[in-house]
Amino acid sequence: MNFEVIVENLPKLLDGALLTVELVVFSSLAGLALAFPLALARCSPRPWLRAGPWAYIFFFRGTPLLVQLFLVYYGLSQFEAVRASIFWPILRDAWWCALITMALHTAAYIAEILRGAIQAVPRGEIEAAHSLGMGVWQAQRRIVLPRAVRIALPAYSNEVILMLKGSALASTITLLELTGTARTVIARTYMPIEIFLAAGVLYLLISFALVQVFRLLERRLGTYAC
Amino acid sequence: MGQPPALEVVDLHKRFGALEVLKGISLTARDGEAISIIGSSGSGKSTFLRCVNLLEAPNQGTIRVAGEEMRLVRRRDGALAAADPRQIARMRAELGFVFQSFNLWPHMTILDNVVEAPIHVLGLPRRQAVERAEALLAKVGIADKRDRHPSELSGGQQQRAAIARTLAMEPKVILFDEPTSALDPEMVSEVLGVIRALAEEGRTMLLVTHEMRFARNVSSRVVFLHEGRIEEEGTPDQVFDNPSSARCRQFMASHQ
Ligand SMILES: Nc1ncnc2c1ncn2[C@@H]1O[C@H](COP(=O)(O)OP(=O)(O)OP(=O)(O)O)[C@@H](O)[C@H]1O
Ligand SMILES: [Mg+2]
Repeated sequence: MNFEVIVENLPKLLDGALLTVELVVFSSLAGLALAFPLALARCSPRPWLRAGPWAYIFFFRGTPLLVQLFLVYYGLSQFEAVRASIFWPILRDAWWCALITMALHTAAYIAEILRGAIQAVPRGEIEAAHSLGMGVWQAQRRIVLPRAVRIALPAYSNEVILMLKGSALASTITLLELTGTARTVIARTYMPIEIFLAAGVLYLLISFALVQVFRLLERRLGTYAC
Repeated sequence: MGQPPALEVVDLHKRFGALEVLKGISLTARDGEAISIIGSSGSGKSTFLRCVNLLEAPNQGTIRVAGEEMRLVRRRDGALAAADPRQIARMRAELGFVFQSFNLWPHMTILDNVVEAPIHVLGLPRRQAVERAEALLAKVGIADKRDRHPSELSGGQQQRAAIARTLAMEPKVILFDEPTSALDPEMVSEVLGVIRALAEEGRTMLLVTHEMRFARNVSSRVVFLHEGRIEEEGTPDQVFDNPSSARCRQFMASHQ
């Protein structure tokens, strides 16, 4: 085992790891923000309000992240209209494409997690809110959503860890995150075992840190009581 | 003309599909009256109480609280719904509801459970809401639990917290739906004690209960429900000792 090559390339790998963390954190937060309206619309009694989110979730859960990345990064550039639009500086950039695609992808999963959590809030607790004079929206905002967020938190943390591993796919659209960096280093050094081992340890450290953050969050929100 | 009764329900009907659960119930509670509603399982007691504050949509009927009539409109499925969401929210706040299963919000402390609606529905300043809540928690005997979460309380303590949460809205009428049925026997009396104190204060209340002795002791009037109709109604002595309906006599005989 050649540890020297690991030490030598560690700065590069750490740069890649930083990019991975950015991708995961930003896409998970953006996905969460997007998931709230999706989940609320999915819970609506009105069929026309449920249809859009249903199709969205069907598409993004039903196709691989890899395909979605290719469609956004390589596919969109086929259209002259896209290349001519004001979004082109963003859509030609691999980092933005990866971030947007991952956010859209994870939002579909988070929306389903949230929908399940919203529907898992016991009816009686909502009736209690209504019986005290809260309107539908007020009960939703003050009771149902805070309650659903706590119910959803463990599943959400799971989804974030899955996105950490999914982010490796961003290397296929030329992005030098952790996996992409590891592959370029290996192409130069021909030391796949050492470099992938180092990358694997870095992934473990990141997921360990993420798990700690969620543990802290769960304690702060008092999920134990629910 | 005196002042209007605290609660007036006229000819309330409720159907679940083909099953007619309430077949025209009229009941008036004057200020300070404690009315017990008894009857066998499935007679419609819970449904009646839930219809009164529209947790369940009645099919027909009129509901007035202190003279104000709930404005209802017919939905497409034939049941009645609130015509004005703001009116129903305000009137529900005047009708406290105490559930069999407490229904406290488990992610909040007991104090936050009690101040939530006064702050966010009545618009009370937090300090004032907290003062009111602390007084009520002391009154129901769980002042020391204010910073605990519901899951850390016994069933009896949770129900007393739920009663404090309801009282914090200063309701004109309190509806109790079997408040002690989910409790272990040794906790029943602590909750009944609180309800008795409320009755003695002159609170207007409807109480669905299977605690016959308690119903007899605290209520000013007793209503016996059978298959969605009021079968017998009168003072506790009348209904318990001298019921005119055979069904009520039968019920009393099996609930000694
Ligand atoms: N949501 C519902 N859907 C259909 N049927 C219902 C529903 N709620 C109640 N019922 C039926 O209505 C009837 C009356 O029910 P209700 O709960 O009011 O009885 P109850 O007098 O409170 O009985 P208990 O003493 O067991 O609580 C029962 O036959 C019940 O099965
Ligand atoms: Mg019942």
